[in-house]
Amino acid sequence: MPLVEVRDVRKVYRRDTVEVPVLDGLNLDIEQGEFLALMGPSGSGKSTLLNLLAGLDSPTSGSIRVGGEEISSMKPKRLAAWRARHVGFVFQMYNLIPVLTALQNVELPLLLTPLNKKQRREHAETALRIVGLEERMHHFPRQLSGGQEQRVAIARAIVTDPTLILADEPTGDLDAKSAEEILDLLGRLNAEYGKTIVMVTHDPHAAERAGRTLHLEKGVLVGDGARPVAAGAGAVSGAGAGAGAAGGEEGAR
Amino acid sequence: MTRATLVRANLGRHKRRTILTVLGLGIALFLFVTLQTFLHTLRSIGDIGSETHLVVTNKLGIVFPLPMAYRARLQAMEGVESVGYASWFGGIYQDPSNFFANFAVDPEYLAMYPEIVVSPEHREAFMADRTGAIVGVRLMERFGWQVGQTVTLQGTIYPGNHDFTIRGVYSAGRKGFDETSLFFHHRYLEEIARNQGMDGVVGWYVLKVTDPNQAAAIAQAVDEAYENSASPTRAQTEKAFNLSFIGMYGNIGFFLNAIGMAVVFAILMVSANTMAMSARERFSEIAVLKTLGFTDGDVLRIVVAEAAWIVGLGLALGLGGAVLLFNVMDFDMGGFAPGLSVSPGVALGAFGIGLLIATASAAIPAMQAARLKVTDALRYVA
Ligand SMILES: Nc1ncnc2c1ncn2[C@@H]1O[C@H](COP(=O)(O)OP(=O)(O)OP(=O)(O)O)[C@@H](O)[C@H]1O
Ligand SMILES: [Mg+2]
Repeated sequence: MPLVEVRDVRKVYRRDTVEVPVLDGLNLDIEQGEFLALMGPSGSGKSTLLNLLAGLDSPTSGSIRVGGEEISSMKPKRLAAWRARHVGFVFQMYNLIPVLTALQNVELPLLLTPLNKKQRREHAETALRIVGLEERMHHFPRQLSGGQEQRVAIARAIVTDPTLILADEPTGDLDAKSAEEILDLLGRLNAEYGKTIVMVTHDPHAAERAGRTLHLEKGVLVGDGARPVAAGAGAVSGAGAGAGAAGGEEGAR
Repeated sequence: MTRATLVRANLGRHKRRTILTVLGLGIALFLFVTLQTFLHTLRSIGDIGSETHLVVTNKLGIVFPLPMAYRARLQAMEGVESVGYASWFGGIYQDPSNFFANFAVDPEYLAMYPEIVVSPEHREAFMADRTGAIVGVRLMERFGWQVGQTVTLQGTIYPGNHDFTIRGVYSAGRKGFDETSLFFHHRYLEEIARNQGMDGVVGWYVLKVTDPNQAAAIAQAVDEAYENSASPTRAQTEKAFNLSFIGMYGNIGFFLNAIGMAVVFAILMVSANTMAMSARERFSEIAVLKTLGFTDGDVLRIVVAEAAWIVGLGLALGLGGAVLLFNVMDFDMGGFAPGLSVSPGVALGAFGIGLLIATASAAIPAMQAARLKVTDALRYVA
């Protein structure tokens, strides 16, 4: 049984009276331990899908099961608890809490677990060690580079040992070298720690790190596992894409 | 790292703003407590007046005297237990700005007020000295006077310098009772007055009645008895007499209160808004917390804890400051308002306001945060 099962999911946004259908009968299976890249033009609904998988939003219709649990119908409070337990989210803009140190930021999700103070600190230190920032743990976000901030954010995402790591353009705001480091890190989390990762990216080069790449177009996924599509897209946009900046597709909004 | 760490970190985010908000709240609450305490004290003066004491003054007003000859007739009236009398002296000590109450009283008058507590030795020494005086303990402190010392008062009604020897110190037998007056023998005043051709009169009489229920009837009988004399009287219970005195203050108090409360609430609104705003500024961070799995309840608790800290510190400053000033240090506004003390009721009121502010300033952003869709908040950031 796949870890994630998305069935006939529709997502319609309402803007005043106009209904904007974004996802239109989408189906998707994600296996345990997979590293999946999601691509697609800007506005195609990649973030929308990721948010649904994270339980941050619920579909207009359809079903989303993660680890056998139906999350699309959970009540907000239950969903929050589920999120705390099963999801590690990485944002494009890192979204660290500026008044907390790296260590404190990483400890934050552990406040929702039964771990005691000492255990929380140990877990957070371990997570920071995995992302290679144990020396910077008492730094505040503004004292870190973008790449370092994103590594702290990844540490925050993995510290609870979640079922799923969801990353929305995690390299979108980084220079080529930092982006490479983040991709290495995600690859390592997948390969060494067996983490299931779904990563939204505009960068075909980044998508190559994933085991499988899917394209979201007109509300449905196309090219399921079809390397040629990814390669084709890469060939088209690759010329100006440099080593990883979000040059492909239509770029950031 | 605990949730308290997060609350502290948030408070430290804009240190200056946090401090100013705390100060604003502190000043507003201090103002509230001071105003209410002042008004409360003013009102309680009316309560101090006894129902068993009738004050008899000249119908034309307190500044006009009554013949001393009235005493015997008043004493003889039905239901009157004893009669005391007193006269305003209006002496100035060194400088008019050193104002304090000083008046001449007969022994009966002092006996009528158990609130004026004097030791037997002091009372005896006072009675034995023609020019002796009894002085309130606060007044003694104010000028650093010692028992046995002679003080000279410059007369305003009775010209010339007049010497008095302090023979006793009195303290108030009840909280709120004045401790800043100087009493001396009415006989001594009569001596002074005789030399100036102003004798044979007293400022006012105080009648102690046997039955307070008869007070009104006795007052009426007194006024009727002197209705057609050269000096008609006005008899009223001491309580009514005091109230007529503070009536003027009462009106000032009302305006003071209205203006003060407007200021208080303006500051409170600004503080509440500042607190609400600083929560609103962090909506994207709140969205992150919610992404991590914090519930609306968790977010509410964090926002409330922050508001509680700010309001708590403001209360400590405002209410604590007022209690320290009035209840512990006995600040009396330079003798103008002795016996001010923050009552439990006023303190409770300050607490209530604090609670209201904390609730209002936390509830609004917490509600908005709960309504906030994480996905929208995060879209806004990106
Ligand atoms: N909360 C919302 N209310 C209304 N419309 C929305 C909302 N969120 C997204 N949309 C719309 O849904 C569509 C998909 O948005 P989404 O953010 O999922 O796209 P995306 O593929 O992540 O784009 P990008 O690559 O630019 O990040 C867009 O047309 C967007 O305007
Ligand atoms: Mg997006």
